[in-house]
Amino acid sequence: MMQYMWNALLYQPNAQWVVLSTMLLGIASGVLGSFALLKKQSLIGDAVAHAALPGICIAYLFTGEKQLLVLLLGATATGLLATYLIQLITATTTIKKDAAICLILSVFFGAGIVLLSRITQQAGGNKSGLDHFIFGQAAAMTRNDVYTMAGVASGLILLAFLLFKEWKLLIFDPDFAKNSGLPVGLLETLFSTLLVITVVIGIQAVGVILMAALLIIPAISARYWTDRLGWMIFIAGSIGALSGIAGALISTISTGLATGPLIVVTAAGCFIVSFTIGPKRGLIQKMMAHRVHADRLKEESV
Amino acid sequence: MTYEGWILLTACLVGISCGMVGCFLIVRRMTMLADAISHSVLLGIVLAFLVANSLNGIYMLIGATIIGLVTTFAIQSLHNSGVQEDASIGIVFTTFFAIGVILISLFARDVHLDVEHALMGEIAFIPWNTFTLLGIEIPKATGMLLSISLFALLVILMFYKELKLTSFDAALAVTLGLPVTLIHYLLMGLVSITSVGSFDAVGAVLVVSMLVVPGACAYLLTDRLSVMLLYSCLFGAASAISGYYGALLLDASISGSMSASGGILFLLTWIFSPSYGLLRRYRTMTTS
Repeated sequence: MMQYMWNALLYQPNAQWVVLSTMLLGIASGVLGSFALLKKQSLIGDAVAHAALPGICIAYLFTGEKQLLVLLLGATATGLLATYLIQLITATTTIKKDAAICLILSVFFGAGIVLLSRITQQAGGNKSGLDHFIFGQAAAMTRNDVYTMAGVASGLILLAFLLFKEWKLLIFDPDFAKNSGLPVGLLETLFSTLLVITVVIGIQAVGVILMAALLIIPAISARYWTDRLGWMIFIAGSIGALSGIAGALISTISTGLATGPLIVVTAAGCFIVSFTIGPKRGLIQKMMAHRVHADRLKEESV
Repeated sequence: MTYEGWILLTACLVGISCGMVGCFLIVRRMTMLADAISHSVLLGIVLAFLVANSLNGIYMLIGATIIGLVTTFAIQSLHNSGVQEDASIGIVFTTFFAIGVILISLFARDVHLDVEHALMGEIAFIPWNTFTLLGIEIPKATGMLLSISLFALLVILMFYKELKLTSFDAALAVTLGLPVTLIHYLLMGLVSITSVGSFDAVGAVLVVSMLVVPGACAYLLTDRLSVMLLYSCLFGAASAISGYYGALLLDASISGSMSASGGILFLLTWIFSPSYGLLRRYRTMTTS
């Protein structure tokens, strides 16, 4: 099995590209996910990912071909519409945010399934490969798809790097950010847009249902290793990259294995490791601290 | 009963049972937990299939209920150990769902439990799989949903006061000595059971919309829990029926269409609700 994966990595140029792109995707979602986690917006990613499905289908129905960039534009449009609707529902009704997220997520996904079933019934629709978007099949990506995805992911990572200081301020001290004349509204909008784009480029590899995992799990795992935002982003990016590489490689073994679930399970493995041995608030660390504390109490009481 | 009649009846039962349970999720702000359970139910069903090697509804029900409670418990434990709530939900259900999908693709690929079915359900096939009761041939899924709906109704009627109090004033409920945690898990058990019951009809993912959308519509129309429960059942049944005919009209997925028509019903309620609607908001803003 290992032999097979090495062969794929060493001698199949297509596999190399797929691995590279899932790695970049992992980094981008680790980085953006860290900000989202600290802004307590993790589950917005879930809603956006589900809401991307109708956008992909509409774009396909309009153009009639599977041009990744166009599909991504459609997905971004409905993804942004979903985030906007969630805000509008919570602002104008008594419905709470969690219910609004759930509602938008499921209704958009339902509409997506309706469109998808229409497309697969059209002549030639079966070959559209749109159903890969549900669970993600990185191996089914063409060379052009991989270029698009890698390009956009690199752009996202670069932008997050450039805006690091501003977003950091926005998360930890929004009042100060406002007072010091930062364009807070613009930065917020930019952040949601980049978050939506991250979700959207991940959909082909990880699928609409599981994309949220890639935003949440690396970021939360990184919290067990450090308290510093810079390090957290670095570690989350690395865990994302590792999961992306491992998931893509394992899925080369057999054709039936979807890439998305494998990436998610790898990331979950990283989480369990971080949760147990992480030096900040990890399980073992907590137990040690507890014992030290208990010992000291005993000594003092003697 | 006709073929179509059975489908409509089953769809309505999905709408009603999910609608009832969903109301409590909305007022308790636990809808994301329902989202989580309905995804991880898939893992329970696959595991039940692998252990019992049969697609019998009872095994699926047991497996899914266990996994549903495990999900709730895992989320709660992660939350207690310092992970923020939305993130703990996100970790648990995506991982369980991913494992479920991998197991299906590894072991259960050739049986009726394919990924597409798990995701979207296949309500159109329900009338083919029947059993006979008192001389009437009843589709298995319909029978199961009927018992689940009755069970949910019974639980809600029996524990109405307790459910209401723990939903709206948990602190008071604790001081009165009500078993708040037990009621929490009872409700989560109900969510798992209704999710499995709806599995054949609308699939693991779209059951969320049946759980949340009718309740959200009802929430905009009334301030009373009992009335909300009634409205929610009506909205559930309405989106099931209109969704079914919508799907026939468009020649598209029935479960997707049920969910989408629920969305349209919500949009209409959101605009026209006499107390909380957008139109009323707009009118009071322009007159004042």
